[in-house]
Order: sequence, then structure tokens, then C-alpha cells
Amino acid sequence: MPTETLKLVTIVAETVLTDQLLAALKRLGVSGYTVTEASGEGSRGRRVGEVPGDNCRLETLVTEDLATRILDLLAAQYFANYAVVAWTTDVQVVRGEKYRGAP
Amino acid sequence: MTLVEILMTNLLSPVFLAFALGVFARLAHSELRFPKDLYTSLSIYLLFALGLKGGVELSHATFDSIAAPAAATLLLGCITPVTSYLVLRHLGRFGEADSAAIAAHYGSVSAVTFIAAQTFVSAMGDPAEGFMPTLLTLLESPGIHIALGIGALKVSGGRPIHETLHEVLTGRTMVLLVGGLVVGFLMGEKGWASVSPFFENGFKGALTLFLLEMGIVAAERLGDLRKVGPFLLAFGIGMPLVHGALGATLGSLAGLSVGGSTVLAAMAASASYIAAPPAARMNLPTANPTYYLTSSLAITFPFNVTLGIPIYYEMARMVHGI
Repeated sequence: MPTETLKLVTIVAETVLTDQLLAALKRLGVSGYTVTEASGEGSRGRRVGEVPGDNCRLETLVTEDLATRILDLLAAQYFANYAVVAWTTDVQVVRGEKYRGAP
Repeated sequence: MTLVEILMTNLLSPVFLAFALGVFARLAHSELRFPKDLYTSLSIYLLFALGLKGGVELSHATFDSIAAPAAATLLLGCITPVTSYLVLRHLGRFGEADSAAIAAHYGSVSAVTFIAAQTFVSAMGDPAEGFMPTLLTLLESPGIHIALGIGALKVSGGRPIHETLHEVLTGRTMVLLVGGLVVGFLMGEKGWASVSPFFENGFKGALTLFLLEMGIVAAERLGDLRKVGPFLLAFGIGMPLVHGALGATLGSLAGLSVGGSTVLAAMAASASYIAAPPAARMNLPTANPTYYLTSSLAITFPFNVTLGIPIYYEMARMVHGI
């Protein structure tokens, strides 16, 4: 089956940000995503929440251009005050057109 | 009964002993952890049971008996965030965002502290008025909004305050408490009789289990005490005492019994750690979460369940002239 190269954007953030980040991603044109609970510790220590260490892990497959815009948004609005880590990975995706739909 | 005897009654209660065990387990690096879902389940059970019972009691209460205590509660909800903010800002020299964020916690209320106080006064033979859970719902929200409102005036960068209003009013605590009150009010004694074997008989057991977990959670933050400095340590004990004295006095003036005044004092003295932290995080992102989480969870909550509640009881007895 043919594959094409897309960007997998992974964001690990404090759980309190989950809804806000998802809304922001959708506004940028992300058409699908996966959210999982995550736990850990980083440079900002443990997370806000009743149970310490709560993070969310958001993953989405997007074009390179959109990946850049997502990282720009995180840098502009979140990195300064919140515990957010984000990275991109080149991935080989089947049915790549599914992830190019939104503007 | 002397203060020492009152203190001993509290320190030998299942609720406190379970809390102490949780602290010990954490300090001893025990592998004991509550699954997150159990913690959530227990808090749902406790809050809903509290709401239901309160609603049933509310159906017997007259408007006159509850009007003055409700007004006293709302007054406390407006005073405590402001006193907290002023003390932190001017005596503690905290920044505006940190002061407002911590004040949001001390202006709001800890439902578990409320339940612990209610359980304590019952054990002392001075049960609080049945409508107290109604007062609890009145105190949850104003403190957070007043303090975050002060923060919003002084610091920019957070999200709009109305989003927080929606979040706090539709949060788990409020839905279970207010929803429980309405359900309890509508179903009355007859309905209560059918569910009380589950919601009443298991209540103290569930509370004890919950306090075991709270001991673990609080002890996890003890290491952060070194980061927050002596002022916040003093604030985390001194501010509850001031607010507790205010609560006991206002409760007495509003016609509450010794038990009711004690519970109102504990409400005023307590610091929220469920509704306030996410609200503060989203609205005042530049405030340091270590300050408000450590002060409410690792200082004020343990203080209240150890010494605070018996002290508020003694204060309530004093203002009642006992």
C-alpha cells in the first residue's frame, strides 16, 4: 500500500490545558487527534491537579505546514507560563489524503 | 471539656488516624497509592451523599432559620478572598498574580474539611444544623471569582473570567452538591429511607478511606514546603485561624448552634484544592502553582484536620458563652 510522509505532532501538557489546546488545534485546521493520559515530571515539576503528575498527551497527524503553525501557536501562547512539551516526527502514513482535508 | 481533651478526641478519631497513616505511608516511601478512579469515586460518593442528606434536611428547614446563616456565609465568601489577598500582597510581599491565586484558594472552601468538621461536632455531641451543606454550596464559588477578579484587574494574560464561572458552576463538586440538594429536597424523608443504607451507613467509612488518600496526597507536597518559605507557612496556619474566628463569630450572630458555628468556621478557614487550582492555573498562568497547592494541601488542610477544627469548636463555644 502506498504511503506518504506526514508530520506526527506530539504535545505533552498539563491536563488542565487539554480542552483549550484541542479547541486551538481545531481552529488551526486539525481534523483528527488522539488524547491519552500521561504522567511524569519535567522542568516545571509536578502538574496541577488533585492527583499530582497528571499530563495529557495529544497526538495528531498533519502536513508540515500545519505542524509548523501548531508549534508557533504553542510557542506564542503556552511555553512561557505552562508546562508544555512538543515535538514532531516524520511518519509514513497510509491514506495520507485523510489528513490533508481541512484548510 | 478542656481544649486538650477536645484535641485528643479529634486526634483519636478514625478520620484523623487514617490521614496520619496516609502521611506516614508516603514518608516511609510505601508503595501504597489509591487508583485515581477510586479517589474520584470516593469523592463522588461523599459529595452526593452530603448533598442528598442536606437536601432532605433542607426540606424541613424554614426560610427564616436559614436566611441569616446564608447571609453570613455569603459575607464570609466576600471577605476571605480580600483579606487573604491583602495579607499576601502587603505583608507577604507576594506578586499580584501569586497573591490573587492563593487568595482564590482561601476564599473558596474544602468540602472534605467541611465533612470532617461536621463529623467532629457530631462526635462531640453538638451536631451542626442539617442545612449546612446548602451553605457549603454558597461558599464554593464567590471566593474564587472575587480573588481571580482582583487578579484579572491587575494582571493580564489569563482567559476571560466568565469561562471560569461556567467551569466552577458546572464542576463535579457543584453538580453533585447542588444536584444532591435538589434530589434530596424533592425525595424527602421517604426517598431518603430507601437510599440511606447505602449513603448513610457507608459515609464515615468512605470518609476515612478518603482521608487516608488525602494523607498521601498532602505528604507528597511536604517536600515543597522548603520552596515556599516561612511566610506562606505562617499564612497557611494564621489565615485559617483568623477566618475561623470570623466564621465562628458570624455563625453565632446568625443564630447557628455551637456545632453549626464550628462547621461554618471550618468552612471559612479551609482552602479549596479541587475547584480553585485549575481555575487559578487558567486565569493566572503566571502565578506559581507550587505556592497555592502547597499552602492549601500541605499546610492548611493538615492543620485544619489536626488542630484547626478542635480550635474552631473551642472558639464557637467561647462566642456562645460556654
